[in-house]
Amino acid sequence: MQNDAVIQLENIHKVYQTGEVKVHAVRGISLTITRGEFVAIMGSSGSGKSTLMNTIGCLDRPTSGKYLLDGVDTSALDRDELAEIRNAKLGFVFQGFNLLSRTSALENVELPMLYVRHAVPRHEQVERAMKALELVGLAGRADHHPNQLSGGQQQRVAIARALVNQPALLLADEPTGNLDTQTSIEIMGVFQKLNDQGITIVMVTHELDIASFAKRNIIMRDGQIVSDKLVERRSHHEVELARLREAHQSVKLSA
Amino acid sequence: MRTLLTMLGIIIGVAAVIAAISIGNGAKVEVEARVASLGQNVLSVFPGSFSTGGARGGWGSRSTLTAEDANAIIREVNNVVAISCEVRDRSQVLANGRNWNTQIVGESPDYLSIRAWGLASGAMFTDSDVRGAAKVCIIGKTVADELFNGEDPIGQTLRIRDIPFKVLGVLQSKGVNLFGQDQDDTVVIPYTSAMRRVSGRDFLSAILIQADKAENMERIQQETAAVLQQRRGNREPDFTVRSQLELAEAATETAKTMTWLIGGVAAISLIVGGIGIMNIMLVSVTERTREIGIRMAIGARGRDILLQFLIEAVTLSILGGAVGICAGMLVSKIISAQAGWPTVTSNTSIIVAFLFSATVGIFFGFYPARKASKLDPIDALRYE
Repeated sequence: MQNDAVIQLENIHKVYQTGEVKVHAVRGISLTITRGEFVAIMGSSGSGKSTLMNTIGCLDRPTSGKYLLDGVDTSALDRDELAEIRNAKLGFVFQGFNLLSRTSALENVELPMLYVRHAVPRHEQVERAMKALELVGLAGRADHHPNQLSGGQQQRVAIARALVNQPALLLADEPTGNLDTQTSIEIMGVFQKLNDQGITIVMVTHELDIASFAKRNIIMRDGQIVSDKLVERRSHHEVELARLREAHQSVKLSA
Repeated sequence: MRTLLTMLGIIIGVAAVIAAISIGNGAKVEVEARVASLGQNVLSVFPGSFSTGGARGGWGSRSTLTAEDANAIIREVNNVVAISCEVRDRSQVLANGRNWNTQIVGESPDYLSIRAWGLASGAMFTDSDVRGAAKVCIIGKTVADELFNGEDPIGQTLRIRDIPFKVLGVLQSKGVNLFGQDQDDTVVIPYTSAMRRVSGRDFLSAILIQADKAENMERIQQETAAVLQQRRGNREPDFTVRSQLELAEAATETAKTMTWLIGGVAAISLIVGGIGIMNIMLVSVTERTREIGIRMAIGARGRDILLQFLIEAVTLSILGGAVGICAGMLVSKIISAQAGWPTVTSNTSIIVAFLFSATVGIFFGFYPARKASKLDPIDALRYE
């Protein structure tokens, strides 16, 4: 059944038991995200957005409710099958980049292909990894190690890694949390370019500025969605970069 | 650096195993060679019985062995090929203005064939020399060197307890025996000359017997004892018949025990090494919790993580094993050079040591690897 919905959440609940206390982190969320969307999920801590992300990312199973990822019902899957689905259909980008420090950028990007069901031949691995690095503009630094790369470059390697298995969607958890303003805009530029090429992106952030680079904003509070709107005045990375440069110039001139 | 320290336990364990086995093998070979140098299919009759109330008669003490006993043995026991009457003594020997303290051993002409001992030069004394208690002798290489210093000793005279003996021949070099004694430090004279002229004895120190085949040795041993016992009537047996085979067995038993002992210690060391690997792997797993989380998020199954860490553990142990094998071979070569023993490093022992270290890696690496595979990806990703 060819569906345009990449994510279909139906009445998702997640309850944690921490010792004596029961925490109802997600309370009845229903959500549909279609192909080509760029969604930002916002909320303060305790809003349940991390829990929701974990559910969407198939890292955790909901206590109740249905989750269809690219048409596949995830509630029927066991641990190993969830791992397979993550490998095939999802690309993760984390706040802390989470690259392997003792391996090169190319090898980092190749990592997801290690766990593909039907083993990918060596030369194809290198090919696809290089293509992914080109997509993020880092083909020239394929042999660099993470400690030789700036924060922004590391995050771009992480994005390339997330793309290498051609997933149905990209999941980013506070992707600009560890980056300065200019680099954050540049990373948002990468996301926007990828999204323009058709890649679906779901991003969690607590910064309004960053959220306005997306096309759709969802706000969560106390485990529920309180707002789900298309972004009215969307930021564009080139425009924001220019504005930032002007701000820097004026600071220099006035100094 | 940390990797090296971890592997140290395995390296030492494997090295010890290899060295122990090599030295043990070498000792066995050495012992076998030395036992073989005693002669071929040899039995010895000694005075004194080990069974009389635990008290042992030593060499030559209370001996009742005579040449007639030897004759009786040759007559009545089948498959005896050669026999020699032995009288042992020690004395200063003088020649050429030099003197040397050596063992004087009286024997029969068959002695050389019994001991499979050839002559480097000259000839052995004969039965007629024995009958006449002739004053003739054969000397070993050490004695020849000490007294005659490179000159040809044949035809020359040496004095034993002031009695002149003519040198008829020089024995080939045999080296050191089972008990560490220099076999070339000897003067061989007719046993009759020893008994009558040099040592003043009425009885023999021993009787050496050669069997035709190894299969017959046990029977010959029993029959010899029977013949001798018969000649002594109802007396308590005051002699012992020993076969060369028993000697060889006893010696190899010691070598085997030593090998097992060192091997046991080595095995313990391997276990300790394995525990070291387990410890380091556990630390490694904890340190790499984040990494494990990333891999799982990206799609690694529990099985993949288990395999990854297991392979790392086995690599550690196999590497340690390889270094240990080299170290062990080096140690046994050094010991062999120092102690003068040969050491034999068999290919089987190398393969066994390799398999052993791989097994240690798999066994002790399993628990940490399993722990890693059971991590929850969400918790692992959050780990600081």
